Amino acid sequence: MSLTRQDVEKVSLLARLQLPPAQLDAMTVHLARIVAYVEQLQELDTRDVPPLAHALDLENVLADDTLAPSLDREEALRNAPKRDVECYRVPAVLGGDF
Amino acid sequence: MSAAAFTTVIGLEVHVQLKTRTKLFCRCSTQFGAPPNTQTCEVCLGLPGSLPVMNRRAVELALRAAVALHCDIPTLTKWDRKNYYYPDLPKGYQISQYDLPLSRDGYLDLPDPQGAGTPRRVRILRAHLEEDAGKSMHDEVAGHADSRIDLNRAGTPLLEIVTQPDLRSPTEARFFLNELKLLLSYLDVSDCNMQEGSLRVDANVNLHLDTPRGRVATPIVEIKNMNSFRAVERALAYEAQRQGDEWRTTGRTLGEVPKQTRGWDDQAQVTRGQRHKEESSDYRYFPEPDLVPVTVRPEEVAAVRAALTALPATRRAQLVAHHGLDPYDADVLVNQGPALVDYFEQTVACGADARRASNWLQQDVLRTLNERGLTIQQLPVPAAGLAELLRSVAAGELETTRARQVFQRMVETGATVAAARQALGIVQVASEDLLELCRTLLAEHPHIVRDVRGGKTQALGALIGKARQRNPNVDPARVKAICSELIAAADTP
Amino acid sequence: MRLIHLTVAQLRDALAAGHVSARDVTQACLDEIRRVEASIGAYLAVDEAGALAQAAESDGRRAAGRARSPLDGVPIALKDNLCTRGQATTCSSRMLAQFVPPYDATVVQKLRAAGLVLLGKTNLDEFAMGGSTENAALGTTRNPWDLRRVPGGSSGGSAAAVAARTVPGAIGSDTGGSIRQPAAYCGIVGLKPTYGRVSRYGLIAFASSLDQVGPMTRTAEDAALLLELIAGPDPRDATCALRPVPAYSQTLDQDLAGLRLGVVREHFEAGLDDAVRQAVQSALEVFRSLGATIHDVSLPHSRYGIATYYLIASCEASSNLARYDGVHFGYRTDESALLRALAEERGSAAAPDEVDTPLVRLYRQSRSEALGAEVQRRIMLGTYALSAGYYEAYYLQALRVRRLIRSDFDRAFGEVDLLLGPTTPSPAFCAGEKLADPLSMYLEDLYTVTANLAGIAGLALPCGFTRGGLPVGLQLLAPPFEEARLLAAGHRYQQRTDWHTHVPELP
Repeated sequence: MSLTRQDVEKVSLLARLQLPPAQLDAMTVHLARIVAYVEQLQELDTRDVPPLAHALDLENVLADDTLAPSLDREEALRNAPKRDVECYRVPAVLGGDF
Repeated sequence: MSAAAFTTVIGLEVHVQLKTRTKLFCRCSTQFGAPPNTQTCEVCLGLPGSLPVMNRRAVELALRAAVALHCDIPTLTKWDRKNYYYPDLPKGYQISQYDLPLSRDGYLDLPDPQGAGTPRRVRILRAHLEEDAGKSMHDEVAGHADSRIDLNRAGTPLLEIVTQPDLRSPTEARFFLNELKLLLSYLDVSDCNMQEGSLRVDANVNLHLDTPRGRVATPIVEIKNMNSFRAVERALAYEAQRQGDEWRTTGRTLGEVPKQTRGWDDQAQVTRGQRHKEESSDYRYFPEPDLVPVTVRPEEVAAVRAALTALPATRRAQLVAHHGLDPYDADVLVNQGPALVDYFEQTVACGADARRASNWLQQDVLRTLNERGLTIQQLPVPAAGLAELLRSVAAGELETTRARQVFQRMVETGATVAAARQALGIVQVASEDLLELCRTLLAEHPHIVRDVRGGKTQALGALIGKARQRNPNVDPARVKAICSELIAAADTP
Repeated sequence: MRLIHLTVAQLRDALAAGHVSARDVTQACLDEIRRVEASIGAYLAVDEAGALAQAAESDGRRAAGRARSPLDGVPIALKDNLCTRGQATTCSSRMLAQFVPPYDATVVQKLRAAGLVLLGKTNLDEFAMGGSTENAALGTTRNPWDLRRVPGGSSGGSAAAVAARTVPGAIGSDTGGSIRQPAAYCGIVGLKPTYGRVSRYGLIAFASSLDQVGPMTRTAEDAALLLELIAGPDPRDATCALRPVPAYSQTLDQDLAGLRLGVVREHFEAGLDDAVRQAVQSALEVFRSLGATIHDVSLPHSRYGIATYYLIASCEASSNLARYDGVHFGYRTDESALLRALAEERGSAAAPDEVDTPLVRLYRQSRSEALGAEVQRRIMLGTYALSAGYYEAYYLQALRVRRLIRSDFDRAFGEVDLLLGPTTPSPAFCAGEKLADPLSMYLEDLYTVTANLAGIAGLALPCGFTRGGLPVGLQLLAPPFEEARLLAAGHRYQQRTDWHTHVPELP
């Protein structure tokens, strides 16, 4: 699986990164190297090996449905780059109402 | 769409908010209607470093719903991240379930409204537990548009219920939604309030057409943004029409174009495509590493099943079998929710006739609830009180019109039957008084007596009216009977 | 002996005996910071006033006989990816340069509850991604043993601070070696606990299934003292183990006679620096003299560790770092400039619909302006590896190999009690040396990443110096939740050796 500049451009949109042409080239070279390196995993036959997503075998860790205080609004909005007294603000959400 | 016979094929994705006090992953309130951004914490704001912990109650409610939908409950379920960017999704991913949902392969039977035939079975593909996003509000300010974000709703527990494409008409889709909503409210799992956003519906629809070249399907369209069951029905009807038209012009079939998403415009009563095409969605699901799996033992599923209160279908059947109601009446009562059915059963248990109780509930009681905006639990007349009233009616102590007045009085003042009757001056008229009144009336109106003798028995109606003017408490049926007797007795010398 | 040379355990005793005050100790640390910080750059923030106030309160508590814990009054530094309420927590990223958490990490809460004096926040590779603390946007940290060299990373600030004697102990985080590798480079002790031993709540996530918080100190005994303070169940972290916390500092004097020590064959293969090999081999002899038996052990899949690690860590990171989008917190690009630029682009574009919406551009530009190159590389790798068509070949395959790696350890720990090897293939490298070649930097984690993948405990200990005077680190690995065994072995080793007492000479 060889990695093209177009692939990298597509991934950069998916990752919400903005790579100017020069960086796109550098990123393509870098990613291609890393991808070539991780290709070594393909040499292992893992058909009968179940994936291990988590090293800890815990289950059923659940919390009681008991109210706890929320942050006050000022604290909740404190780190917002743009806000009004009640809400976070962003450029209009376009492309439909959902 | 005259040329080809067609079938509308519909599948629904329903999101219902589970009735928990707190959110799915933090202990902020889920109460509707709070001022923006006052029910948030570092977890539901997605602040760096915060971690989710699953709400036990949400899992229990989801499980209850899944069992009631006859789903298989796998012994192990886990959560996954669905990655996408949206300003109302503060973490940049939604915690949802992908390959190991809490439940799958169930069904919901839709009753035939006529009570005949076999119910329609709609298969449930899966039902899984996930978190809600926040709310974006559009705001035009000084020439450029902003969106305002309220994260109160972010992290609210949702059960996503996905049907198989088993529905065959917009009306059937609405029936399904009604029945689902009813089921979930019987289960006490969700409020299912579309206005407050605690139930939301997306629909997938296409047409299967029989053409001379065989059966073809139109491209599937997903419809969003429908805010009532009626809107779902209308949007689907519109979309079926639109797809038929489009097929006739373009001839395009399933697979030739990517799945499209359209929003329902309730004002214009049309569906509209998205203005801006985003890159094709690639959610990059992977196991949520901040949560651990939940295991459900078969005994636990059995316990949930055993604890299920009677569901709509069961209660309909019980009303027919135990109380002799006809299926239509049973359906009307059951559709009003479990509390009303409970009220009905209590009324009957207190000695009221089942059919009479059913009629009263469907008419007087429901009208009163609607007019006053009350729930059955808030009705000032207890089931025992209604039963007592209906027993008086059955015993002939009270005629229906008077009984309605008594009922209204009970509603207004919370009085008992006796107190309401007394307040209205309703006492049973003694037999001798009634006899005396009838004699007087006959004496005063010889022309009526003549008419009756001449065979115009309907003339007695005038006497009844006059009797009620003299004494509102008289029973019209008895007045009629006594007068007839007196006239007949006078005939035989 | 100068106050700054006292270990945590010695400070505990001196404070208890009333020989020193928390204020004196804190002041000594602050003075030393003032003296050496310009050349080391270990800290992103030093809370001088706050630390002195905390110290004064601690002295007050002690005088009133109400010390919160034996370590009440001991200064400590925190890696700046641990949230501190009301104090900037930056991850050494432009993205979070202004971020002030409204809450304390669980570890921070526990340290405060025990009365420790929070001295400041230490530098790191941005979002803990890196092995040299060079990928840090808000500061540059140097190795106290050689200022031309890197301190390692990503907990390079914490390691340098402890090595330079500006604080007796620090907290770090370890995702693929980020505690152990800088500990080795700086000649101190670094403990990566078992996954789930210490709460991650408030640790700004890099790779959630691998991240673990741990202590960085000069002795194994100090690591034990700090671990018993910060470990334990946390209702706010569902991945935190429910096991009780042993009194690690009470079981350090175990006899090592009969301890079965496995030497990891694969950790002594080509690529290992000679000086490192020699130092580790002499450490082996010390253990033998302590009564341990030495066994040859193989971890056949360890050579796949780096590839497995970079896939899993980058996949998780690509998702964990999605929240840095300029909407609710963190950096946002200049919005009006963005809107103007977009209008122009639309005007001249052949297909205006192909141009990003303002919102999408806001995300992209904010992220690319405020995240460093290495962070963006890993986000790209992770996004790619999780995307449609590649998930199975990359992410899922990595999870399967992760299982093989874990099984290697399970098998090994069926035969031996602890594993032993070098922490890193070579000593600290020169600043800038590996920047052009990220892959060569990744390979420095060869011996450490597998412990994170398997979720086991690992301890780095100073075990010698190169001829050039650079510290060399030994690594001991233990089965899950066997920190007591690990720390006791480290403690006995340090009682027999004096590598941890060497002090870098600073101008």
